[in-house]
Amino acid sequence: MDMAWSALGLSLKVAGWATALNLLLGVGVGFLLARARFPGRDLLDSLLTLPMVMPPTVLGYYLLVVLGRRGWLGSWLQESFGINLIFTWQGAVIAATIVAFPLVFKPARAAFEAVDGQLEQAARVLGVAEIGIFFRVTLPLAWRGILAGVLLAFARALGEFGATLMIAGSIPGKTQTLSVAVYEAVQAGQDEVASTLVLVTSAVCIAVLMAAGRLAPGRIANR
Amino acid sequence: MELEIDIRKTLRSGKRSFHLDVRLRSSGQRIVIYGPSGSGKSLTLKAVAGLMRPDSGRIRLGERILFDSRAGIDLAPQARQVAYLFQDYALFPHLTVRQNIGFGLAAGWLNPRRDMRHEAVDYWLGAFHLEHLAHQFPDELSGGQRQRTALARALASRPQALLLDEPFAALDSALRARMRAELDALQRRLGVPMILITHDEDDVAAFGEHVIGLRGGQVVAEPAACQAVEMAD
Repeated sequence: MDMAWSALGLSLKVAGWATALNLLLGVGVGFLLARARFPGRDLLDSLLTLPMVMPPTVLGYYLLVVLGRRGWLGSWLQESFGINLIFTWQGAVIAATIVAFPLVFKPARAAFEAVDGQLEQAARVLGVAEIGIFFRVTLPLAWRGILAGVLLAFARALGEFGATLMIAGSIPGKTQTLSVAVYEAVQAGQDEVASTLVLVTSAVCIAVLMAAGRLAPGRIANR
Repeated sequence: MELEIDIRKTLRSGKRSFHLDVRLRSSGQRIVIYGPSGSGKSLTLKAVAGLMRPDSGRIRLGERILFDSRAGIDLAPQARQVAYLFQDYALFPHLTVRQNIGFGLAAGWLNPRRDMRHEAVDYWLGAFHLEHLAHQFPDELSGGQRQRTALARALASRPQALLLDEPFAALDSALRARMRAELDALQRRLGVPMILITHDEDDVAAFGEHVIGLRGGQVVAEPAACQAVEMAD
């Protein structure tokens, strides 16, 4: 049982960090893609959506190539700061962040595009600076769509398996998340442990999905 | 107050293009720009507010130059000190009537609180008989109440001029006559210069101290002709 709780704790920590990072990155990129006009915008959108359709093991492999000891970013981090991300929970955060990223920036982009531009113009004429308009008009009107995406991203990060296993491995108490622990338990024939882990995971996922469902745009979507 | 507009703008959409070439000068307190839809009057008003950037030309309001392509002047909408009444009012749907009216009075990253106290907000709530609606949201208001809220929001920041984009088009005819009379009285009382664009000749009759006709993106010599030509279309 201890193993189940430590795996759950680690999963929540990894998913929490991945979600926080995605909230910042997803909102920023979603806003940029919704408002900025630049060549290659559609290509960038497609590239950023790739993690949604690519097998997580393929992503994990790419991450190993980039972040591994001999990878261009990994070797630089190692030499300059002594940071190694492979087989660490921080590596698992990066894997989960990338896998869940499209689930945040896609709805964020759609939510920003749905905000009536005339309201922003009205705010401009009323003398409010651009940064104020973003936080006082645009973001409040888009936040429901964004939050629904953020919750889905949390659920996705919580269930991340393939890329996490390749980057962070499966070190009990250190990098062994819930979904990895389930796999290990089944492999080892520990059916009781596996079923506990499965029940815990299912309960958390259902709770997150129900929360996301309640945020679906409705009549009072704008309050 | 003197208004001087001398601007050009070309808009393209597919193979079609529209040329706006407006030259006008007026020292009236109540200027009405009158023309059929698609005549460029909305674009002209947006250019004054800074919401549309002309390709070239010059806009002067009183002593202040708002736009001058040759001198490289293009004041941000925030700095033009004009109020703009949008056709469908553009009230912020997530804010109450009180917060909407106080929106321009609060600087910074945060919206005014629901229970904000501000002399100007209280004054305008009273002036438009909106006190009992202060905590309502825009989607709970009638058309006339929405327009009063939008006017209060526009006037609370003490603009140098009030720009009105077809202010009565969204109202039914009975309410239209009442709101017209209300705006008429308000403008006389405040003495704030106003520029109103419309395709409704009743607006011209009520506010047309100086009427400027617009058609096909250009000022026409005889404003009354606008209606006649529109009928002939």
